[in-house]
Amino acid sequence: MASSIPAPVPAEAIAGLAAPERGGAGARRTRQLVMAGGLFILALVVVALAAPWLAPQDPTRQSLRGRLAAPTLEGADGKAHLLGTDHLGRDILSRVIWGARVSLLVGFAAVVVGGLIGATLGLVAGYRGGSMDNAIMTIADAQLAFPFILLAIGIIAVLGPSFPTLIVVIGLSGWMSYARVLRSQVLVLRSREFVDAIHALGGSVGRVVTRHILPNVLSSLVVIATLELARSIVAEATLSFLGLGVQPPTPSWGGMVQEGREYLDSAWWISTFPGLVLMLTSLVVSRTGDWLRDLLDPTLRGE
Amino acid sequence: MRSLVGFLGQRLLRAIVALWLVSTVVFVVMRLSGDPVPLLLPPDAPRSEYERVARDLGLDRPLPVQYTVFIGNILRGDFGRSIHFREPAWRVVMGYLPASVQLALTAFGLALLVAVPVGLLSAVKRNSPLDHVAMGAALIGQSAPVFFLGILFILLFSLKAGWFPTSGRGGWEHLVLPALTLGAFAMASIARLTRSAVLEVLRQDYVRTARAKGLAELAVVLKHTLKNAALPVVTITALQFGTLLGGSVVTETVFAWPGIGRLAIQSIYNRDYPIVQCTVFLSAVAFIVINFTVDLFYGLLDPRARPR
Repeated sequence: MASSIPAPVPAEAIAGLAAPERGGAGARRTRQLVMAGGLFILALVVVALAAPWLAPQDPTRQSLRGRLAAPTLEGADGKAHLLGTDHLGRDILSRVIWGARVSLLVGFAAVVVGGLIGATLGLVAGYRGGSMDNAIMTIADAQLAFPFILLAIGIIAVLGPSFPTLIVVIGLSGWMSYARVLRSQVLVLRSREFVDAIHALGGSVGRVVTRHILPNVLSSLVVIATLELARSIVAEATLSFLGLGVQPPTPSWGGMVQEGREYLDSAWWISTFPGLVLMLTSLVVSRTGDWLRDLLDPTLRGE
Repeated sequence: MRSLVGFLGQRLLRAIVALWLVSTVVFVVMRLSGDPVPLLLPPDAPRSEYERVARDLGLDRPLPVQYTVFIGNILRGDFGRSIHFREPAWRVVMGYLPASVQLALTAFGLALLVAVPVGLLSAVKRNSPLDHVAMGAALIGQSAPVFFLGILFILLFSLKAGWFPTSGRGGWEHLVLPALTLGAFAMASIARLTRSAVLEVLRQDYVRTARAKGLAELAVVLKHTLKNAALPVVTITALQFGTLLGGSVVTETVFAWPGIGRLAIQSIYNRDYPIVQCTVFLSAVAFIVINFTVDLFYGLLDPRARPR
């Protein structure tokens, strides 16, 4: 380690500090919590995949007669709208279900992009050390200093809002946590004798990294990826809320909150339901990440 | 002592490099994001007029020259003239800055004022209903999207209850909801961290000694615990202040608060480069200065953290 002074740690890494659990009973409970969180994420994936069959109505079908209907079992168009309809008469429940697709697609894809970049740079920084390490960590510092929203808006203004842009921007904004954690773990692993032994036996750097270092840091990667998934989903929703993410009429949770803003006084359900689903998703996914960390890698907690 | 100077030197160097990287990225992104000249001219302006405006803005020169001029100007605190407001960008941003600072400081003060006592109580009354409720709320506050929190507050406390106005800047009642929204994340993080820091200290031997010699529980907590738990709390608190700067973009947009976050968003839509550069640069400077100060204080407060 270059110094024991904490560099700006992402807030997610600090979150786990509050719940030190030790002993067998605690670990079993944590395992159950991780299972529950995993089931929630799985359920969300199923909902997203099965949206065409699960959604009671077409999420983009407008109905002038059924506009701004409160949650009802029988609306003006004779159909049930369990979560009401929006200003164009579209069914909120159907849109929330379809919105899960956007959130998860962007979320998972951004995690892959950020993870690949961050893991590679972290490995290089930790393994090579020296000026390479310094350069990578300085860039990470600089990016942490950059207000993400402004960076995102700047880039999206150039390239125009689209799914690939959104994924790359959110992914690029999250590589630093992978790089930081991997770097510090690789620094420790690299000085171990088994690494020297492999080199002495003629093993290449690539072999050491893929066969010996990566398996050792895999659990940390999974923990960070889960926390990053929560962050990416919220980031997508925030950008869509600002009008820079997913464009209408494609339903996205953030976009729906934005569309309902004008009608907050008369039709509170338009913004509230997608917002609550987003909030719940963010809470459960980030908690699952915390629990996973407690389970797999308690050392990450104090980072 | 020498190692401390070396350490600070290295940190300072990093901060300067970070600032240079930030300004370079700003330059590249803003130059790529489209031509501002047509925005300044009527649609039927002749070609000569276009060229005159481009020359005035220095846009006709090669990019490396523009870049050198840009960096040189930044060093002198000159961010150019706002394309939209037609005055120096620095002056425009300074006009919007007080509202942002007011909001950020209020949010931060509110967060500290609530979070530290709540965290302390939660630790002392561990596993009580109060602890569970407070920590549950903190978990929600930490993961809730800022923009939706703002919408929810507007819906509940302003439209339904009618306690506070929905948007704009005015008396103190205008400040409450935006400050709560912006401060929620910091509040939640500080409360959780205070709790765990206090719990950690309460486990120490000297606390047991203090109790054993018959000190009242209150004295134990106030005299022996608080000071020792302060270090991690101070660090995280200062870092939280940095993240507030980013959150203010969303909060100011939701509440139509006339600060630099909202100004930055509007300027991006207007392609008003100088303003965007100035706001981004200012936020980055603030964030880096805060981080640097935290590192410095950390080294001063805790000798163990100094590099050997």
